[in-house]
Amino acid sequence: MNDVVTPPAKQQDTGLHAGTVPLKPHGKVIAVTSGKGGVGKTFVSANLAAALAKRGHKVLVLDADLGLANLDVVLNLHPKITLHDVFTGKAKLEDAILQAPGGFSVVLAGSGMVEYSRLTPEVRDEFLRIMSSLVPNFDVVLLDTGAGISDVVLFAVSLASEVLMVATPEPTSLTDAYATIKVLVGQQQRQTVRVLVNQAARVGAGQAITHQLQQVLDRFVVTDPDRPIRLIHMGDIPIDPEVRQAIMRRQLMMQTTPGCPAGQAITQLAIKLEESVIPARA
Amino acid sequence: MSSPIPPTLIDLQHLRLDDARALLKHAGQDSQPQPGEAPLHYLQRLIDGLSELSLKDPLTGLGNRRYLHAALERAIETVARSGDAVLLLLIDIDHFKHINDAHGHLAGDQVLQAVANRLALCVRPMDMVARYGGEEFALLLPNCRPACGRTVADRVRAAIESLRIEVMPNTQLQVTVSIGGAYAPEWVRSTTELWIERADLQLYRAKHNGRNQVMLELPQQISVSAEEKGLLFSHLLPLPEPETAGQQPDAAPETAGTQIPRVIA
Repeated sequence: MNDVVTPPAKQQDTGLHAGTVPLKPHGKVIAVTSGKGGVGKTFVSANLAAALAKRGHKVLVLDADLGLANLDVVLNLHPKITLHDVFTGKAKLEDAILQAPGGFSVVLAGSGMVEYSRLTPEVRDEFLRIMSSLVPNFDVVLLDTGAGISDVVLFAVSLASEVLMVATPEPTSLTDAYATIKVLVGQQQRQTVRVLVNQAARVGAGQAITHQLQQVLDRFVVTDPDRPIRLIHMGDIPIDPEVRQAIMRRQLMMQTTPGCPAGQAITQLAIKLEESVIPARA
Repeated sequence: MSSPIPPTLIDLQHLRLDDARALLKHAGQDSQPQPGEAPLHYLQRLIDGLSELSLKDPLTGLGNRRYLHAALERAIETVARSGDAVLLLLIDIDHFKHINDAHGHLAGDQVLQAVANRLALCVRPMDMVARYGGEEFALLLPNCRPACGRTVADRVRAAIESLRIEVMPNTQLQVTVSIGGAYAPEWVRSTTELWIERADLQLYRAKHNGRNQVMLELPQQISVSAEEKGLLFSHLLPLPEPETAGQQPDAAPETAGTQIPRVIA
């Protein structure tokens, strides 16, 4: 090997770092994201989907956590066909749509999606194709994104018309949620981010957190005066032993104990989304 | 399933072991059966010896490319869930071809050995050094916070620069290295190939930018300043939470200026 270093062959600009908005977000697509991992993002996605389904909506959850998907674990599903098979051309998209226990549809990433944990133009195009054929068939599509602010996560969020940021009152979760909102405002020119506080210890804790996040954004993030960032508090999910019970049993809480405090909170969230985001059924 | 073969059924006469013995003998290992050593035990010893050899670079004694890949795979598995900061550095000797051309290949080998020895000396016991190929080396640094990455890489660069390698009597050579680095992706289970590719891109930048320097991929996370955190937690937590200070590398001088573009929507 001599001293001439050849540049690595495939290094394409994903477009996201250049500050461009990749595409027009789809309507009625809600990205469920968090910044920090382990705050209950997948739990919220699955149970919110069940709550919306119960209220008569046709719901799809798409596992957009390509690197470390665990929606299958939460739903206790063992799919034969996953997004991975669709990506590799082994199966048709229709065949990857599964019926989840809560009365909604789900497309799971599958463990083979490791190779797609980085956003190449191919992954991007394939994801876009999948989204555009799925979205027209559902009232609501929930994108369960990965943790962090990798380019894959940011890309998945860019496909959504709404962002639901899940945070817990822990300082690390708040910091990561704040950092993620900063990036979404800067890179995707988002003006509205919906905040859901999970594991709230007392009534009103979540509202105070959203208020605090808003204050820090107002003070430290410079925006066009005509385009202020607005956080919308979408509710608190209280600390509830039923949540842990459901997760350990690998059951949907909205099926087993929908009336528990956390279940009621999820139902309230569904109603709030109906009022603001989800188009009324014809 | 068959039961394990009783040791007495192995007749070493039926096996062609000459190549294996020669390889181990060449590597300075005992390749002959000990008096009274059971054939099964002897065979196991040969296999262990060969396995060890297969992970080693013969010239420098460092781990080889195969060893590096195994270590990277283990690190990826750990990081995917722990979120631990693991840094991969690719280190390439600058203008190595000139050394070979001007002083001969033996001198080139001596330079490789000297660089390898120095690399092995300037890392912590938990770190891993490998010869990636040619004049390229790899360092895997677990538990290396983003704030420290550049300091560590620059210390390695300076350590090599300070070497005086005597390749012949009265002929001392000085070499420099270019270093490219990338952190293991957090919260995703990526592949070794992608990780190496990212570090390699940074190495290319370091070479392209004039050599004898360090280029690190900036971590994806956006730092949040202490001031921002102060306001973020002010009303939530009446008691100070010291452990949050270490969560984000807001003290990193190399990231502070470049990584946080003033967000203007």
